[in-house]
Amino acid sequence: MWFYLARRILLALVTLVLAVSLLHVMIRAVPGDPAAIILGPRSTPEQREHLRERMGLDQPIYVQLGIYFADLAHGDMGEDVITGRSVSKVVFEQLPYTLVLILTSIVWAVALGIPLGCYSAVRRNTLIDRITGVLSVSVIAVPAFVMALYSLLVFAVALNWLPATGAGEGYFNSHLVLPAFAVGVSWVGYIARVVRASMLEVLGETHVRMNRAFGLPGSRIVFRYALPLAILPTVTLIGVGMAYLLSAAVFAEIVFARPGIGALIVDAVGERNYPIVMGCVVVTTGLFVIATALADLVNALLDPRAREGM
Amino acid sequence: MSADAAATGQRKLTRGAFGQIWYQLCRDPLGMAGLVLVTLMIGSAILASWIVPYDPNQILVGDKLAAPSMAHWMGTDHLGRDVLSRVIMGGRIALEVALASLAAALSAGLVLGLIAGYGPRWLDNALLLAFDAVRAFPVIVFALAVVTLLGPSLYTVIFVVAITAIPIYARIVRTQTLAVRNNEFILAERSMGAGTVRILGMHILPNVVGPLLILASMDVPLIITLEAGLSFLGLGVRPPTPSWGTILNDGYNFIRNSPWPVVFGGVPIVVATLGFTFLGEALRDIFDPKLRKDL
Repeated sequence: MWFYLARRILLALVTLVLAVSLLHVMIRAVPGDPAAIILGPRSTPEQREHLRERMGLDQPIYVQLGIYFADLAHGDMGEDVITGRSVSKVVFEQLPYTLVLILTSIVWAVALGIPLGCYSAVRRNTLIDRITGVLSVSVIAVPAFVMALYSLLVFAVALNWLPATGAGEGYFNSHLVLPAFAVGVSWVGYIARVVRASMLEVLGETHVRMNRAFGLPGSRIVFRYALPLAILPTVTLIGVGMAYLLSAAVFAEIVFARPGIGALIVDAVGERNYPIVMGCVVVTTGLFVIATALADLVNALLDPRAREGM
Repeated sequence: MSADAAATGQRKLTRGAFGQIWYQLCRDPLGMAGLVLVTLMIGSAILASWIVPYDPNQILVGDKLAAPSMAHWMGTDHLGRDVLSRVIMGGRIALEVALASLAAALSAGLVLGLIAGYGPRWLDNALLLAFDAVRAFPVIVFALAVVTLLGPSLYTVIFVVAITAIPIYARIVRTQTLAVRNNEFILAERSMGAGTVRILGMHILPNVVGPLLILASMDVPLIITLEAGLSFLGLGVRPPTPSWGTILNDGYNFIRNSPWPVVFGGVPIVVATLGFTFLGEALRDIFDPKLRKDL
């Protein structure tokens, strides 16, 4: 188990380092001088030279990479080329908004998706099962940003029930409702589908049928014996789905004009603010790698069979 | 169950391959619905220039942000352009992006996957590491980073989609190649003196292509969504080229004046996603029931 854990963390670190290096090489491989692009066509050669030095672009690529990783180890990700603020400060100011949005979305999606999936599996082919099935496919088919736009249109513009923009005071308030709805709703569909499928599989297994033969009540079989096994695929799904959650959050932040990593990175892309883009990429990729590793670990803890092949 | 299988085998003999697929597709209502939607979408994309009621970039000064009417079935946008015409032309852009990026990703993924699966062990490991490094980025974040570097354009979108899809396809090809490479018919072929290229091209490739194409067809909605999403952020297709994403972006800026561009800009994305998903799932079930477990 500890060996498995160590290996998984090491692998995650290696991927992260490789991914960041790849991005550095790409920045370097693009034709054109980043300094000239940031400063615009009217900059003087001296200004460009000065910025290149400040960004460390006059060094060979491996020195740049070395310096970047050494600084990163101290939590320093360079400075914003436009405002001159520390990138890590800017990024970590915005990160909580995105994390709150992602977590709220996934929590409500799980809270609704698992019971729906269970119910559909236990009462198979009833009207509610059919409706759930059709609804889950339909909500999965609506991309997050379209869902965000539609919910903005209906609940904020037409009905005026909820605020349309901003994040309000603190983290948890009425401003969170619509974005969390838009990000989470397709996950209700995913989770319900996956739980239903794995529940059906588990309910057909011999140990569950044996419980039934012993005369245990149906609810006890479902909740005590079948459910813990049936939610395993959901754990993996959420871990792997972190990337989708994140991209949904990016769009929700733009549509609802919320602060967050998504809004930050989109603005930075528009301004060609490389250090900020890089900082956002490092932090989100790190989150993604950690989430995938965590999902694997939880799976290994819950299901000893998953540990063997690793 | 076995009687059923025998019956299907019988049909295979009497109907031929396409008749067989057609027969099974007809029995699956969702698959049929998917086929209809996909056909509609491809048809309207091909015939786009002939069936659009107006020039998608024609500005009608008097009719800004009009509600749907007989003259403009989906209303007009903030410049007075006909939304229906833009939606139809946008479908062509969406399909172009999907086809171009899939072609690039499939060919590169196929080659890399064959190399990884059939080549020496160290090369396999190196390629796997590279695939993992690319997959470590959340797609949207990677896309945004690449847009910063290359600037927003149709080609950037195609490039991003291709790069992020290559590792997925290459991994599938690699797994299939590993599964096939030690089969007896390959050994027999090798003992008869066949070269690597012949073995890969004549014997391994045909075994690998089928599942790959099915999975690729199921990725079409993801690509369409990514293109629309980037264009919505103003980082994909450049205006005034109509794309479903740019229609939504234009509509978003005037959402308090008129809801119609947003309403009708989103519908085709949902319809296309549903169509390709239903059709892809039906085809997957027909061709390769084993893949069903991979979700």
